[in-house]
Amino acid sequence: MNVHALLPMDRRSRTIAVILGCLALFACVFTGAWLYGDRGEVTALTLRKLPPSLQYPFGTDWLGRDMLARTLKGLRISLRVGLTAAGCSAGIALLLGLCAATLGRAVDAVITWLVDIAMATPHLVLLILISFACGGGEKGVIIAVAASHWPSLTRVIRAEVLALRSSEYIQLSRQLGKRPLYIARHHMLPHVLPQFMVGLLLLFPHAILHAAALTFLGFGMSPHTPAIGALLAESMRYLSMGLWWLAVAPGLTLVITVKAFDILGGNVRALLDPKTCRE
Amino acid sequence: MIMKNTLILFCLKKILRLMLLMAAVATFSYVLVSFSPVNPVDAYLGTAILKVSPEQREIIAKRWGLDQPPVERFFNWASQLIQGNFGLSTIFNEPVLSVIGKRFVTSFWLMFLAWTLSGIFGFVLGVLSGTFENSVLDKSISLYAYTMASTPTFWVGMVLLTVFSIQLGWTPVCCAWPVGLSPEQATLGQRVHHLVLPAFTLSLIGIAQITLHTREKTIEAMNSDYAAFARAQGEKDLGIAFRHALRNVLLPAVTLQFASIGELFGGAVLAEQVFSYPGLGKTTVEAGYRGDVPLLLGIVIFSTLFVFAGNTMADLIYQAVDPRIRKTGGLI
Repeated sequence: MNVHALLPMDRRSRTIAVILGCLALFACVFTGAWLYGDRGEVTALTLRKLPPSLQYPFGTDWLGRDMLARTLKGLRISLRVGLTAAGCSAGIALLLGLCAATLGRAVDAVITWLVDIAMATPHLVLLILISFACGGGEKGVIIAVAASHWPSLTRVIRAEVLALRSSEYIQLSRQLGKRPLYIARHHMLPHVLPQFMVGLLLLFPHAILHAAALTFLGFGMSPHTPAIGALLAESMRYLSMGLWWLAVAPGLTLVITVKAFDILGGNVRALLDPKTCRE
Repeated sequence: MIMKNTLILFCLKKILRLMLLMAAVATFSYVLVSFSPVNPVDAYLGTAILKVSPEQREIIAKRWGLDQPPVERFFNWASQLIQGNFGLSTIFNEPVLSVIGKRFVTSFWLMFLAWTLSGIFGFVLGVLSGTFENSVLDKSISLYAYTMASTPTFWVGMVLLTVFSIQLGWTPVCCAWPVGLSPEQATLGQRVHHLVLPAFTLSLIGIAQITLHTREKTIEAMNSDYAAFARAQGEKDLGIAFRHALRNVLLPAVTLQFASIGELFGGAVLAEQVFSYPGLGKTTVEAGYRGDVPLLLGIVIFSTLFVFAGNTMADLIYQAVDPRIRKTGGLI
């Protein structure tokens, strides 16, 4: 990330700083949402449609609900959904990638074909299809995002393991009569773990964005849950009345969150890549 | 002669792959949809659900063939599909293909404009950024591209809508033509006026990927031997970039641009939803939301075909343009 070339730090300390920043962001969102309690859901009709002020930094909506509290709750849902979905997706990718590269040509052909199929349909159409199949809801969003984000990471892991297969220590292990599953678990897994971590971290921002998009389109959480996508979809109706703050602040916090984790992923990748780690 | 043969072989392979892919996508999506707990009759009726008697519901279910077992329904549907009949859309009450056709024409101009804009601007920005690596220009372009890569399309659309349509009043708030007119009555000027902001939204986001990719490739080209040689001859950086690096960078950029059609389609779904633009994207959302299974399946198959066409086009362009592939007779 070029933006950070301005800071007089090496990549290692910068990455640690970014990790700390992301953890702080996590902590802020979760404690903030917890401290606010139900303030984002109670209506106060005397405080309707207030523009951002010191007391209400994000303003209030058409029912007098505090937008800051609602945004924090929305972010909490986004982070939770994103983390679960990205975790599941990366898990699927790891499993399929390992299987494709170790369990013979037939399995490899099937998994490569599955990857091709999953990548052949536009992402968002696939997301809509899967969440429709699950009948919507938070579960639907998580399944849809998890089931549509594994292909690219599967490819990466498969390629990595294929390259590993011809290395000497694995050949040796095979000569010693170890089973493919043993080799996969004891020799290959530790080697692809860094790739897997980076893949997981880079999946995370994508998962958050796609979950928000799906909710925005109305396929996700019910309108009563203050998810970021739902908040923005609701605010659409009030934009023409000049309540711009309903859309700007929640969206901006979402962008900042996603970008923070994107930077984190990029830094960790550069650190783990032998080509760039000494920059 | 060799050239011609490889081209025919290439096309045959592509057609075979396409047919396998289509069969797989159709089967998978049908299985997925049949698992849905959404009752199509309930979803179709929506708020009118209380006014409809059980007998009427049965008639609707029978008309849609819902009284047959799922496996039989699948084979009926698949055999009709092979003959080119995608069935009836339940919410529009007309053939799925004609709904997709009409909506796609509206979407096509939006996607085409956005795609062209993001391709041209993304490429130029990428080349500039890569040529002057680590300059202020490069840093601001990279910052923009990285930020756009983590910004939701629909939010950009909402912000632009608030600023340009609501506050400034420069562009219309919704739709693809003035409210109350039919699409035939609207003039070209009106259509373009309605198109500008959604297309701009889509291309603002679409620029990010192509810029970052072109930037990497340009940096690579600027550090190459031929660039060093040109520099030794006294060529300026900008001259090297546009006279020597450009051709090498253009090819991967074109491929990426064609491969990004899937993302473009997804972006169009979101942008159309924000701007209430009656294209294929908005239809996808409606079909999913109101349980129109035939239309949803039709759109899944159509969008897969669309993405496949984009990728094939990229391959063909590679064959035609890249001398390395052209001379070896196509190693794809």
